[in-house]
Amino acid sequence: MEEALGLHRLHFAFTVTFHYLFPQLTMGLALLIFIMKTIAIRTGNEHYNRSVRFWARIFGITFAMGVVTGIPMEFQFGTNWAEFSRITGGVIGQTLAMEGIFSFFLESSFLGLLLFGEKRLGQRGHWFASLMVFLGSWMSGYLIIATDAWMQHPVAYSVAPDGVIGLASFWGLILNPWALWQYAHNMCGSVITGSFVMAALGSFYLLSGRHENYGKTFVRVGVTVGLIASFLQLFPTGDSQGRMVAEHQPTTLAAMEGLFESSSSAPIAILGQPDIQNNRLDNPLMIPHALSFLTYRHWIGEVRGLDTFPAADWPDKIALVYYSYHIMVGLGTIFIAIMILSFIQLWRGKLFESRAFLWILMLSCPFPFIANTAGWITAEAGRQPWLVYGVLRTAAGASPRVSSGNTLFTLIGFMGLYLVLGILFLFLVYREAEEGPEPAPQR
Amino acid sequence: METIWFCLVAVMIAVYVLLDGFDLGSGIIHLGVARTDAERRTVLAAIGPVWDGNEVWLLAAGGTLFFAFPMLYASAFSGFYLPLMIVLWLLVLRGISIEFRSHIESPVWHPFWDGVFFLSSALLAIFFGAALGNVVRGVPLDSSGYFFEPLWTDFTLGTSPGILDWYTILVGVAAYLALTLHGALWIAYKTTGAVRDRARHIARGAWVGVVLFTVIITWTTFRIQPHVPESFSQRPWGYIFPALALAGLIGARWLLRRNDADQSTFFASCTYLLGMLTSVVFGVYPDVLPASTDPNYSLTIFNAKASDYGLRIGLVWWVIGMLLAAGYFTFLYRHVSGKVGSESEI
Repeated sequence: MEEALGLHRLHFAFTVTFHYLFPQLTMGLALLIFIMKTIAIRTGNEHYNRSVRFWARIFGITFAMGVVTGIPMEFQFGTNWAEFSRITGGVIGQTLAMEGIFSFFLESSFLGLLLFGEKRLGQRGHWFASLMVFLGSWMSGYLIIATDAWMQHPVAYSVAPDGVIGLASFWGLILNPWALWQYAHNMCGSVITGSFVMAALGSFYLLSGRHENYGKTFVRVGVTVGLIASFLQLFPTGDSQGRMVAEHQPTTLAAMEGLFESSSSAPIAILGQPDIQNNRLDNPLMIPHALSFLTYRHWIGEVRGLDTFPAADWPDKIALVYYSYHIMVGLGTIFIAIMILSFIQLWRGKLFESRAFLWILMLSCPFPFIANTAGWITAEAGRQPWLVYGVLRTAAGASPRVSSGNTLFTLIGFMGLYLVLGILFLFLVYREAEEGPEPAPQR
Repeated sequence: METIWFCLVAVMIAVYVLLDGFDLGSGIIHLGVARTDAERRTVLAAIGPVWDGNEVWLLAAGGTLFFAFPMLYASAFSGFYLPLMIVLWLLVLRGISIEFRSHIESPVWHPFWDGVFFLSSALLAIFFGAALGNVVRGVPLDSSGYFFEPLWTDFTLGTSPGILDWYTILVGVAAYLALTLHGALWIAYKTTGAVRDRARHIARGAWVGVVLFTVIITWTTFRIQPHVPESFSQRPWGYIFPALALAGLIGARWLLRRNDADQSTFFASCTYLLGMLTSVVFGVYPDVLPASTDPNYSLTIFNAKASDYGLRIGLVWWVIGMLLAAGYFTFLYRHVSGKVGSESEI
């Protein structure tokens, strides 16, 4: 049973982590494509239309990856987490079904038009298609976040005598305060990924001396949007998200910060390794009082450590929660620094000549993916041992009749398949980047 | 309320079968109907702009099933664990074979993805048929409402059935033939010239197989699942559904003789599929997953449904969402209506 549970968790963690590499890029790019299309319409500049077509092609490949890896997600609630589905389906089924009906139909219908319909639709119609794709993908994001937010902070539900959880208030579920901040935080992360990728490709073109006009546009748009998103990521979205965790999930906060003992002058650990055997942080580098301040806006304030909770309620992977949280925050801080410095150079008109900055922008491309992934690991591993915080334990949610052998079989299958998909994706995007935004001579 | 949702989920699954059915059918006949690279592009162009939207119906139906009948979703999806996972892998392969084929010009790349496209489409058709067969035959539910079926055991209908036994394989083959017909008629409707001629030829052959297997599975179904003939004798108005299927089947053959009725022929095939699916749904109602162990363990719309409040509120957004979706689809299908040119945009 233990083994099966671990495999079910790994199964979902693996497939969802791989899946989310793609939507975070498409949601970010959807906004950037919409912005460029709007500029193209307002200025009538064909340069921006070509940029839109180019990024729409990369968007198309990424979107296809998101679709094919996303379909298994919706089914895995039932296949691997049958008890969870049976007990909470009346609540989370609402938002998941709404995602299919409101977002996927919208996205899938208009993506084809965005990619292939520019001639027939005309410029205004094409702009409208880019708006619809943007709205569809961002609505999809909201409904998924609302689902996860309910698991993090369950609201608007009632429990029947047989233990099945039903929906008590539709608007309570949709307007869960946790969902609003989590969504804002997550979407900023997505825009950061999109803008870093755009700036990185622009830098690649400038450094290699090809398609330089486009390179400049991509860097300019990427850095400008990336600067705004990096700031919003920290404040107010990240800050508010953190305070909600502090208020509603004190065990998660303690694990994230590696706070084993309660303190009224709780510090923040910049560095250090949690020692789970001895319940302490090794090699700590601390800022005293900082955690109390962030939580209460006051230098003195009691923050509860893990010692005040029964060990059965601790996240079972404290070190993972701690590291992923620190990686997320560390990278987020670096992103702000990169974007401020790049924007200053851009403002002074020196960015395109500064090869050092272009190298930094190009090489930073993978890190937003890591930061977004780390953030999600913090949220999901931090919620443990609960599947629905305070309501349903993870151990009680798995499928009772699916054996560990069968789970391992399908996990290995997904690993193999996704390895091939990942290689194909990189290969195809690389080819698009090689070909560049200029219309190819008639083949 | 639960009956309404039962019908709505059934409608969504039916729409999925009608729409993605022609994508799968196109995949099945792809290698045979289109010989040159240009012809294969034409086949892909006939489904390229719509297949993704069609597949969304499966997701939307799955989501709706999840929220309206959580117990059914939990039991069926975990019980059909292995075939569902294989279906997911096949859907992944089918999707990327359509999307990635056009990205590279190479005499190795194209045939590879054409082969993947055929194999994944063919296996999906068979697996979907076998899944339907399982639901009709019943599964070994325990008292807590769960079951687990291996892919196969001894291929009989005994006490420990597998996903595949002689009956579900028959249904799988029937689905394969029906979708071959359906896809061939779609391709005939969307193309011209040699591809259209070959598609019509394939459709004539597939039609014979469909007739044969329709007779066989109807007869066996009435024998192995007594619930189905009971439903029809208790509510004789239900005979309208098999009559619909029959009309579609005869209509398809009759229209196939004419040279100017590609669209109506395709709609006749839609009528056939719709008639068959509604017959099944009508036959098992109010069961949604019959138990082969003890009839008392069967999952019905009453013991698998979500709370009434959720179902009521769901009806509101479902209707709004479906009206919007119908709007997009009308727009999309109008946009891509008519025959695809040999010089495609893909």
